[in-house]
Amino acid sequence: MEQERQVLVIFPHPDDEAFGVSGTIALHIKNGTPVTYACLTLGEMGRNLGNPPFATRESLPHIRKKELQNAARAMGITDLRMLGYRDKTVEFEEEEALASHMGELIDELDPSLIITFYPGYSVHPDHDATGAAVIRAVEKLPAGKRPKVYCVAFSNNCEEEIGQADIIHDVTEVAHIKIATLKAHVSQTQLMVKEMEEQLKNNDPMVMARVNLERFWTYKF
Amino acid sequence: MELVVKEQVQKELDHLANKDVYIHLETTNGAYASHFDETFFSSGAYIRNAYLKYEHSKIAGDGPYRIGLKTTIGWVYAEGITHFEVDNQNRLLLAGHDFNGKLAVTLEISETPFE
Ligand SMILES: [Zn+2]
Repeated sequence: MEQERQVLVIFPHPDDEAFGVSGTIALHIKNGTPVTYACLTLGEMGRNLGNPPFATRESLPHIRKKELQNAARAMGITDLRMLGYRDKTVEFEEEEALASHMGELIDELDPSLIITFYPGYSVHPDHDATGAAVIRAVEKLPAGKRPKVYCVAFSNNCEEEIGQADIIHDVTEVAHIKIATLKAHVSQTQLMVKEMEEQLKNNDPMVMARVNLERFWTYKF
Repeated sequence: MELVVKEQVQKELDHLANKDVYIHLETTNGAYASHFDETFFSSGAYIRNAYLKYEHSKIAGDGPYRIGLKTTIGWVYAEGITHFEVDNQNRLLLAGHDFNGKLAVTLEISETPFE
């Protein structure tokens, strides 16, 4: 993995980093690189409330905010920004305003690497809108001043259209941090993590690969 | 939240009638429904802090329940309600959770705006 000066991670939902990126974040922090995580919403519209329910539509954001802070602590992130947007409304924000908000963050932090969603290939409308705003903000910088942008993509058609991921990080050495991060988002992941830990214990090769390898597409401007 | 007790919910609905109230109404099948099943037609609707007054309300059915609010010039209704709670801010929260513990519908009524 390349050594970075400053990493900026931008996602719309509190658990977006957990499955595909938390290992990479943990490795950067281990390498001494400062990582800022900007999270646009508190996942207010999450549907996993249980039956019997453990939360209400109104109490969920408070729960997820704590989980996000715990996840940041698990990864070693000390600069966590909660940007105050609302879940499922990001795509309806004024595009230029959203892009300039992202631009302010980029100006302030001057990252050498940004990690976000690949616009158009990230399934949830908030994911696509967040990625698009970040790309729009980076495009405004002169070509020589642009940070690298690594995108996460997982739509069913993504490999067909944008090819294979070109960046693959083996995060095996920080897998325990990744599991701790997933666990921190307990309201979202409790069932999945239990199953996953069992499979890891049994060295299930599919699950090992899914947990230990994080894949990114470098955005080409 | 607790399982709906019809009489109790009706009492809470009556208590909020003829007052200026804020409404949160939402139906959802989740943003990933069509990702996991491409034949699934994804739909939903959401309104937060609709400001209105209703003069009459009714909870109907044997569970999951239906709830209708009649306003001076229109209607609000929700179907599939399974749980309710009056929270610590005195708001009436009603929700329907499906068999997998996922939220499917929400109707909330408050005398103060939702955050
Ligand atoms: Zn998300």
